[in-house]
Amino acid sequence: MLRTEYLPEKSWGALMTEEHMPVVVTITKVIDETPTIKTFVFDELFNIRPGQFCMVWIPGVDEIPMAFSAANAITVMKVGDATAALFTLKEGDKIGIRGPFGNGFFPTGKVLAVGGGIGVTPLFTLAAGGEVDTFILGARTAEELVFADELANVTDLKIATDDGTRGHHGFVTGILDQLDATEYDTICVCGPEMMMKGVLDRLAAKGIEARGQFSLHRYMKCGVGVCGSCCIDHEGLRVCRDGPVFTGDIIKDSEFAHHHRGPSGRKE
Amino acid sequence: MIKLQTPTERIGGVSLNNHMLLAAGVLGTTAASLSRMLRLGAGGVVTKSIGPEPKDGHHGPSLIPVAGGILNAMGLPNPSQEFTEEIAPLLAAKEPVVVSIFGGTPAEFAKVAEWFPNAPAFELNLSCPHAEGYGAAIGANPRVVRECTEAIKAFGKPVWVKLTPNVADIGVIGRAAEEGGADAIVAINTVKAMRISTGMRRPVLRNKFGGLSGTAVFPIAVRAVYDLYEACTIPIIGCGGISTADNVLEMMMAGAAAVEIGSAVYDNINVFSDIAEDLYAADGIPAGEIVGCAHD
Repeated sequence: MLRTEYLPEKSWGALMTEEHMPVVVTITKVIDETPTIKTFVFDELFNIRPGQFCMVWIPGVDEIPMAFSAANAITVMKVGDATAALFTLKEGDKIGIRGPFGNGFFPTGKVLAVGGGIGVTPLFTLAAGGEVDTFILGARTAEELVFADELANVTDLKIATDDGTRGHHGFVTGILDQLDATEYDTICVCGPEMMMKGVLDRLAAKGIEARGQFSLHRYMKCGVGVCGSCCIDHEGLRVCRDGPVFTGDIIKDSEFAHHHRGPSGRKE
Repeated sequence: MIKLQTPTERIGGVSLNNHMLLAAGVLGTTAASLSRMLRLGAGGVVTKSIGPEPKDGHHGPSLIPVAGGILNAMGLPNPSQEFTEEIAPLLAAKEPVVVSIFGGTPAEFAKVAEWFPNAPAFELNLSCPHAEGYGAAIGANPRVVRECTEAIKAFGKPVWVKLTPNVADIGVIGRAAEEGGADAIVAINTVKAMRISTGMRRPVLRNKFGGLSGTAVFPIAVRAVYDLYEACTIPIIGCGGISTADNVLEMMMAGAAAVEIGSAVYDNINVFSDIAEDLYAADGIPAGEIVGCAHD
């Protein structure tokens, strides 16, 4: 059975009687996190659960899904036209925010978080709320690490860099191999899909994939579970509405780490 | 409340598990999501509209929930011919799948229809209000509607024609579809609409205008179905803002032989099974006893 079908109260609720126009916010601060990552702080607080996301409207350009990195902030990596346009915005500029959307993380007991690259963002809000015991943070290189100092204050932080410029020389899974994952009740994961696959494989090898909570990224248009552009094979789950966080047992036989679809719906 | 029997006869040439199909454009891009909706109780499903070339659709925002409905300008995103591979398992399993197609000309419609020799039926999108050169842009012209219908009828399968409400007299367009050989008329597609973000001082949709669906358009859809029932003799599939069993009965009384449901999945992904629970009973009456009963 699918989690959102037998636990509908966990699914993000929406009623057609409600108005969900984008909330127009003013950027109050832009923080350069790394050469390719910026945090945009705005003048409105959203009632978020860690792992939830919003649709960010960059007027005249596009609207893109983005994880909240705080109740009033998003942290963005420059990857395409829309994020490039967002990167030109400054203090005082306006963007639109729809959300929070999706189901966030729902950890219990002792929690391990594994975040790679910009995937640290939704896990950062979880850790900032005191919900993470151990945090494995990875990046390509030391200067691409995000939130490392803040995370060191609130978690037992372990760092991995692909080039060995800080912490473990290698991937986050190298650190995971040195831990006993079975000691953790929940393992929250976000990052590049191949990295998450590495974590899922290790949990599955120990028979604890259902303890893993993976935040998936897919191309999205509506963000509210209607258009179908983010549906994943083979159960047809909507990443925006039934996810974006799924347990490992739900996604292990899915398209996860295999394929995804682009704006037209063609497989990529 | 009146209780119905599930349909035993074909409706518009298609065997359906119940009177409610998933409407085109909603959760219809992948076989997986269409299968899920069948599992969750849809009596049939209509695919995302497939066109002659792949389209990414309009940039965002392209869908905004507003009070009483959903405003969208998706811009007909679709994988085009690659969808044949996507939908093949469902068609092979003889599931009640209606393939929605669009084109700018009868020849383009035919080009797309040719890719789906196993489709149980086609629904012609002559009604999308926000794609230049397609949909309502050509579907407001009775001659074009008739020619497109004739072109697809040549494939020897049931042809449903989905109409736009954004015309002076929908009955004229319905009759054009009927003259072209349509097996059913689907009404309505979205109602042309727009919203402006006052905070941004600009239209909220990137495409500026789009189409409104959801409960707000239900009365418009009932009126359109009522008009079409007077104007035409072929079955009508009622579509637009249906979210309850009573809405289904009301559509049938206006003249609909079956219905399509789309936006209501926003409130409730289980909308089909929930309505079915209210709508059907072992000792229910055949739907035919109430179809069109509101007419004099």
